Amino acid sequence: MLPTDPEKRISFTRCIREGDLVIVYERHDCMKAVKVCKSSSLQNRFGVFKHSDWIGKPFGSKVFSNKGGFVYLLAPTPELWTLVLSHRTQILYIADISFVVTYLEIVPGCVVLESGTGSGSLTTSLARAVAPTGHVYTFDFHEQRAASAREDFERTGVSSIVTVDVRDIQGQGFPDEFAGLADSIFLDLPQPWLTIPSAAKMLKQDGVLCSFSPCIEQVQRSCESLLLNFTDIRTFEILLRTYEVRQWKTDCSRGNEGGLVGSLPHKRKQHPIEGSGEPDNQNSSSVMARPSGEARGHTGYLTFARLKCLS
Amino acid sequence: MAQDNLQVDPIQNARVTWEGCSVLLDINDSDRLVFARLTSGSKLKVGNKNCSLQPLIGCPFGSIFQVDNGKEGPYLSRIIPFTEDDIQEKGNIEMSGELKDNRAIVDDNKAQNLTGEDIDEMRRQGATGNEIVEALIANSATFEKKTLFSQEKYKLKKQKKYAPKVLLRRPFSRSICEAYFKKYPARIGFLRVDTLSLLLSMSNVAANSDVLVVDMVGGLLTGAVAERLGGRGYVCNTCFGDSPYPMDIVRIFNFSNEICRRIVRASLTDLSLCQNGTFQQIDQHQNARDMEILSNEQVSSSVSTEDLPLSSENGISELITDATLSPANKICKAPKAGEKASQETLKWWKENGFSSLIIVAPDVDPWNLVKDLLPLLAYSAPFAIYHQYLQPLATCMHNLQLGKIAINLQITEPWLREYQVLPSRTHPCMQMSGCGGYILSGTRIAAS
Repeated sequence: MLPTDPEKRISFTRCIREGDLVIVYERHDCMKAVKVCKSSSLQNRFGVFKHSDWIGKPFGSKVFSNKGGFVYLLAPTPELWTLVLSHRTQILYIADISFVVTYLEIVPGCVVLESGTGSGSLTTSLARAVAPTGHVYTFDFHEQRAASAREDFERTGVSSIVTVDVRDIQGQGFPDEFAGLADSIFLDLPQPWLTIPSAAKMLKQDGVLCSFSPCIEQVQRSCESLLLNFTDIRTFEILLRTYEVRQWKTDCSRGNEGGLVGSLPHKRKQHPIEGSGEPDNQNSSSVMARPSGEARGHTGYLTFARLKCLS
Repeated sequence: MAQDNLQVDPIQNARVTWEGCSVLLDINDSDRLVFARLTSGSKLKVGNKNCSLQPLIGCPFGSIFQVDNGKEGPYLSRIIPFTEDDIQEKGNIEMSGELKDNRAIVDDNKAQNLTGEDIDEMRRQGATGNEIVEALIANSATFEKKTLFSQEKYKLKKQKKYAPKVLLRRPFSRSICEAYFKKYPARIGFLRVDTLSLLLSMSNVAANSDVLVVDMVGGLLTGAVAERLGGRGYVCNTCFGDSPYPMDIVRIFNFSNEICRRIVRASLTDLSLCQNGTFQQIDQHQNARDMEILSNEQVSSSVSTEDLPLSSENGISELITDATLSPANKICKAPKAGEKASQETLKWWKENGFSSLIIVAPDVDPWNLVKDLLPLLAYSAPFAIYHQYLQPLATCMHNLQLGKIAINLQITEPWLREYQVLPSRTHPCMQMSGCGGYILSGTRIAAS
């Protein structure tokens, strides 16, 4: 995922090289993953960017197009990757992902089983959490999807700690070779209750399972089947509310035009401030925040359970 | 992938306790939470009985214990949890589609025929907690009239009082954060576990990273970062001024020596030479605060068990009043974390910059910290700043936008709702945390 120096230390100071994956940042809601290749170029509404101009620059640099437009080149992280990956399925986002990693008690060295792989959004974060000595085994019954995920993991550089297999986990359960070896298991399946008995066999003592389901009926059935082998069964819903920030000039008696600096919606406002950086008079103004108008209302329910300790 | 390549820190990811190990004891479904260190001499007061924690040594995490009466007094004995029959029984509750309701139940305090003296007498004769619960049920005039659901509730309530259960749990950032949030939220700056998780993700904490933190929440943040590092990379706990912020919570984690070695301290002066005028003021203010925190923490850390009795939401108050701190036994020292960063390491950071920054300083204006700390980050490095109030983060975000040293700026507020999932009785929990605080996240960019 990340550029590392010879001592395996994560180092952002390393300069961009041929073949690197960079995240091209236009705006917080407009980014793209690009593989750097000397001979190619990137074209967007700001003009044409030659990759050869990027090589040798540090990550985090601002680079210019032929027309003087600019973008930033960022080092990829699982969070940025989640925003740019190609959606082959519905994906998990940062709120759910971060909560899952903590609640599954994943630390470096852990073995984690996941099904299905989907677009690999969560998988990338799981890989970061178990690295460098652990491993994520992820399963999807869709052959082509698994292949695309494998390609993605190759691109993002996590393929050495992620193994993608094609398997119908709901129908066949997890492979026996993992029995008693998994520290944590994550299920994102339409009928997770079919897999729960197999998951119980795979987990280590006191290991934690998480099942993600969009519908409450799925949760209901999963919880019933969890009762047999699991304890500490808890279901959560997590959402993120984002805020828009704008500056309000207090010395202006006229309400509308010219009175509000940056009164445009956040999305349009962000660029002029970052780009041209119009000088603002801070003395006579105050900064205000309010929740963004549009928000995600539901992703799914997260049900966690801990393997009962019987031995 | 070769299996033998997998290495887990044996202490960090242990599944069985050992002598000297730190544990979280969850008494009666989290009514009471106690952090303890398992030594032959350590004791825990359960109900009105003092029990040695010795029997817990060598048991798997997740084990459940009950107080039994032995020849030499009460002791904790392990119980094996429910079998399939119990589950069957529970499942039947909603199956029977019963027609009972509470119209005949009058709250006149006359339903129970056993008196306090009767129960004391039973105890003297050596009745177990479960026997007392059975007797209470048999002597309740209204038990049969209750719905099966409320019969279950009654039984649980009595069990908690007369046959308390002690659950042995691993002290992980998940359980530590939850325990503090439940009992002493102010001590951890009202940092909820989902918020903590977001901070770690947004700032890209992973093994081999160099994480700069401002941790004014007793070491919870530092510990959570160190847990993710697993002994590779560094977490640098920085402070303004000379007196470091306390990080006692780090000792609750079961960290190996290698992980502890990766937790270091460095003052801002050590980290950077560029200072500005407003700084001195903050320093002094900060020092005063430190002293306060320190003196508070010293009280709680001078004993080997830290008790977190929980305020009673479910009407089980008996345990809180009679459960007191067991006297300190000889403290089994956890390995030392938080040495000063070596010159060599400081030099590396000066050249390469930190790869992440997290700030959890509940009572400080984040902008004052960010403007000095952000330049210490490598280009393209992500950062996340927590605050329990929105306004200071909004101002900070605005200033960062004007300063053009960071992009991808966003203020987010997590919302977490727990559900009760039961057959025909699924709904959101009646109580939830109303605010998990706010996070300002972003990415540092190269100066243009």
